[in-house]
Amino acid sequence: MLKTLRPALVLFVILSAITGLAYPLLTTGLAQLLFPYQANGSLIEKNGQIIGSQLIGQNFTGTQYFWGRPSATSPQAYHAGSSSGSNLGPTNPAQLDAVKGNLERLRKAHPTQTATVPVDLVTASASGLDPDISVAAAYYQMDRVAAARQMQMARLHKLVDDHIIGETFGLSGEPRVNVLALNLALDGLTAR
Amino acid sequence: MSTPALLQLGLFLLVLLALAWPLSSYITRVMQGENPGVLRFLAPLERSLYRIAGIRPDEDMGWRSYAVALLLFNLLGALAIYGLQRLQGILPLNPQALAAVTPDSSFNTAISFITNTNWQGYAGETTMSYLTQMLGLTVQNFLSAATGAAVVIALIRGFARHNAARIGNFWVDVSRFTLYILLPLSLVLALVFTQQGVIQNLLPYQTAHTVEVTQFQQPKLDAKGSPLIGKDGKPVMVDSQTRQQTLPMGPVASQEAIKMLGTNGGGFFNANSAHPFENPTPLSNLLQELAIFLIPAALCLVFGRMVGDRRQGWAILAAMLLMFVTAVVVETSAEQAGVPQLSAMGVDQQASSMQAGGNMEGKESRFGIIDTSLFTVITTAASCGGVVAMHDSLTPVGGLVPTFLMQLGEVVFGGVGSGLYGMLVFAILAVFIAGLMVGRTPEYLGKKIETYEMKMTAITILVTPILVLVLTAIAVSLDAGKAGIANPGAHGFSEILYAFTSAANNNGSAFAGLSANTPFYNIMTAIAMFFGRFLMIVPILAIAGSLAAKKRLAVTSGTLPTHGPLFVVLLIGTVLLVGALNYVPALALGPVVEHLQMVSGH
Repeated sequence: MLKTLRPALVLFVILSAITGLAYPLLTTGLAQLLFPYQANGSLIEKNGQIIGSQLIGQNFTGTQYFWGRPSATSPQAYHAGSSSGSNLGPTNPAQLDAVKGNLERLRKAHPTQTATVPVDLVTASASGLDPDISVAAAYYQMDRVAAARQMQMARLHKLVDDHIIGETFGLSGEPRVNVLALNLALDGLTAR
Repeated sequence: MSTPALLQLGLFLLVLLALAWPLSSYITRVMQGENPGVLRFLAPLERSLYRIAGIRPDEDMGWRSYAVALLLFNLLGALAIYGLQRLQGILPLNPQALAAVTPDSSFNTAISFITNTNWQGYAGETTMSYLTQMLGLTVQNFLSAATGAAVVIALIRGFARHNAARIGNFWVDVSRFTLYILLPLSLVLALVFTQQGVIQNLLPYQTAHTVEVTQFQQPKLDAKGSPLIGKDGKPVMVDSQTRQQTLPMGPVASQEAIKMLGTNGGGFFNANSAHPFENPTPLSNLLQELAIFLIPAALCLVFGRMVGDRRQGWAILAAMLLMFVTAVVVETSAEQAGVPQLSAMGVDQQASSMQAGGNMEGKESRFGIIDTSLFTVITTAASCGGVVAMHDSLTPVGGLVPTFLMQLGEVVFGGVGSGLYGMLVFAILAVFIAGLMVGRTPEYLGKKIETYEMKMTAITILVTPILVLVLTAIAVSLDAGKAGIANPGAHGFSEILYAFTSAANNNGSAFAGLSANTPFYNIMTAIAMFFGRFLMIVPILAIAGSLAAKKRLAVTSGTLPTHGPLFVVLLIGTVLLVGALNYVPALALGPVVEHLQMVSGH
């Protein structure tokens, strides 16, 4: 046993230093050198202040904004310091109540909308920080946003279409719209 | 299954095989002690490592010494992780000033990470300092994977050698697999991940000033900082608002790369690979999927190369692929079909060019149904356990598939090394059953399979079902176990069954609604993880030692060929039969009942 202890101990310490210090620190150095923007969180700054990350969704409830997906983080929605899904099962009455509540809220906010509600607008995302919604979910909200901003529908439609991110290689992932990017673009239009 | 889903699966398999083939040639060279090619500049480092540690690299070990070295090495790993978590409050690289982790959670996490399970009872971003993530968790991501690889290489040597007393040198196997295979692959992958948006820094958490103010309710706290309880027994809630969003930071990409390549699966953040900072794009997602299967697939081909008959490796790989593809088809169809109760309310779950549709609860928009389902099957077929969706919110059949894949013993690709050694044990069982049918002494790759090997085979095949079923039964019988359930009814039973299935088979994913960070679950799942790992490894090393000592029999007309379609079918049949016999009753009580309830509208 003692004869085994020395190699075990020495090997463990050195391999720990290599894989647990040298490797992550080297990766950090290279990442900061090659891709500093991504490595530091793809942050969006305005007037020298961080206003969010391209990759992390924010909570939107105002009528003049597109809304993201329901978020199950606590205590507040889109709490990026504590990512989480709802973990509700499909047959749990609490889940069906949550969906029903989301549905009623959406229908009330979109009285002119006759289409069925896209599923991603009434179900919580896995991370609680989903930055995107489906194209259908963006289209569903256009009437409301156009009315709130007194904006021409055609102009808004074009803006949404310009923000559609397609599939990678036309195959991987889903067509989607980044909610924060779209809303910032909307505010940018109004400001001009 | 839809055409895009089939194309996505086809693309994945094509790239996987194209990468696994050359990698298998490289791994074979490295593990047979040959020149590691472009990485030979690391050779002086390797040599000095042996010199300082007093290791004689050319001195092979018998199976007992190999097992002792392995256990001791892993024990040291457990102590180190436990210590780092308990002391992180006073150690550097802790910008958020996170306090020491509780003893029971530290113990659970230590066992979890040395066993390549990477079950997580904690939420990373609010629990672990950067030092613990790097020097504790990342290290074991490497070393537990290298341990698994060492065991399978030792077992392959058992088949390849004859009349030999030794099966290799554990120190050399672990060092070479870490230095020449895991480390370079991880570095490259980590940088590609960063390019895609995975973060990699040592900054404190950043604060963003959000576009809108968020209104919310939170529990009112008393003077001591604990929640105030109202007359109705519930916490008193107060209205709050904030315009700040805390953005977590950290060395994520470096951990993410080895988390996938080492089939570990322990996420930097609570949401694991569903978190946009861990898995930001469909491309990063595809690369994560490939990274999970890459080494397990390559090791099948390494097996063929090392035993001197490549067809043997392809046969094992074919059996894995067939089971895998079937699982993907079932999973994707179940999730695409969605939840009938939602359609009845007027929710649109139909897939179209404008939306993924299907069961989107607990899924991310960028991945939709197709990518999520593929990832879910990959991560549970392999013993990775990273998640891209909340498995607790899958449809009943969508949850049954990952559960059953784990219950097969993590042999459909499985973990690095552990998938193949598990599958080779099933291959031994398959030739044994075939031998019984024709009344001939079974043999595999020219090695006679006798009583000793079959005893060890029986232990390894029975240990995980016993752990899963007994511990599940205990948990559902005790209040401490039932207290953790989040979803009522059959689904609650599925949560507990999934937890012990995942722990004992060293997967690590969860039906995460289960409140598992309690002393009861921390200890019970640690038991499952520890014995599920090492009660497999030790008997398998015993098999390796016993096989190495045997002489090789010549192939005759009576030998069962183990490289053709007949054997592939026999092997799949054996795996499915053992899995079904062990688990059908338990599955009937969980996902099957829930599925019937869902379709009948209750």
